Amino acid sequence: MTTCSPEKPIPGTTLFDANQARKGYALNKMCFSFNSEENRKAFLADEEGYMRKYGLNEQQAAAIRARNVLQLIAAGGNAYYLAKFAGIFKLDMQDIGAQQTGMTKEAFRAKLVAAGQ
Amino acid sequence: MAKLIGGLGTSHIPAIGGAIHKGLQQEPYWKPFFDGFPPIREWLGKTRPDVVVMFYNDHGLNFFLDKMPTFAVGAAPEYNNADEGWGIPTLPPFKGELDLSWHLINTLVEKEFDVVSCQEMLVDHACTLPLKLFWPEGDCPVTVVPVCINTVQFPLPSAKRCYALGKAVGEAIKSWDSSKKVAVIASGGLSHQLDGERAGFINKAFDLQFLDRLVSNPEWATQFSVHELVEKTGTQGVELLMWLAMRGALAAAGGSSVRRVTGNYHIPISNTATAALALETVD
Repeated sequence: MTTCSPEKPIPGTTLFDANQARKGYALNKMCFSFNSEENRKAFLADEEGYMRKYGLNEQQAAAIRARNVLQLIAAGGNAYYLAKFAGIFKLDMQDIGAQQTGMTKEAFRAKLVAAGQ
Repeated sequence: MAKLIGGLGTSHIPAIGGAIHKGLQQEPYWKPFFDGFPPIREWLGKTRPDVVVMFYNDHGLNFFLDKMPTFAVGAAPEYNNADEGWGIPTLPPFKGELDLSWHLINTLVEKEFDVVSCQEMLVDHACTLPLKLFWPEGDCPVTVVPVCINTVQFPLPSAKRCYALGKAVGEAIKSWDSSKKVAVIASGGLSHQLDGERAGFINKAFDLQFLDRLVSNPEWATQFSVHELVEKTGTQGVELLMWLAMRGALAAAGGSSVRRVTGNYHIPISNTATAALALETVD
């Protein structure tokens, strides 16, 4: 696939570029649908059926089942749409940050506070 | 002709909406952030703008990847907020300013900024929260023209291009045949990253330099590519493109300099380095 990001990679960072946008379309479209309360309920009532309806591939479906943000990004997920998926489970940004960095939520919060010192 | 009186900037973290809803402004966690706003409101009380042009980035409420404009200008009589999926309260609609919307669209395209025009447009927390922060009481007293800049899907417009867009918006405001007073608003940033193993990245030194240069040497940040900005400020810190557009508009307002009315910088709110700023044009 072509890439529009020839610059050197930024550690721990995936730019949502053409490759990601192509790979993640179905996953992101499903997450975009979670703007609607009715759709959030439909997902919770039948996760597998809901994922099939949006045509998620196996990598994407496995990442959704695992509630794993890094896996979701690897499967083409975009942070802005994934946030709506996280919202279903009432996860806040420190929960998500802790999960991705392998820290406890307390340690992640302390890291944020330390950035301001 | 209309008068461009100044520019405002603020972060727009969704959790701010929850804090306002729950009345937490004086809690120790929130106070250092909310304390940045009374001096700005005081200035707004004196200068009383009628209209604001809001540079903001949509977070997947109005725009999806099926159609993703780089620059979009609202041309709606009113703008509705809606459920964004994570439970922050939905705010009542905001009134548009149709004449300025179309004047902006006409002027921008004439200046070769080929914007998308939107006669219907849902506005998310990035557009609504600044209005709630600057005018917390009662109905919003200003009409709004939202200008959405893509930060969702790369390639993003460059810092240089966003600054130039802002300048073109400033020139359009100045040539608007109206007696109204207009302010420009930047909604976003500063440094933060929500996604990836680098989540929680904040760069205080760069932010402070950026805020300083924004006043005295506004084109300073246009030297950086978007990739460099992500490296220095995080994947969402790139929202500082909104601040550059706002400052570009002021640079077009006539005077060569601006006066910094007041400003605030605080770490952290949620995963973000936050800022609030008011700049006044100098005749």
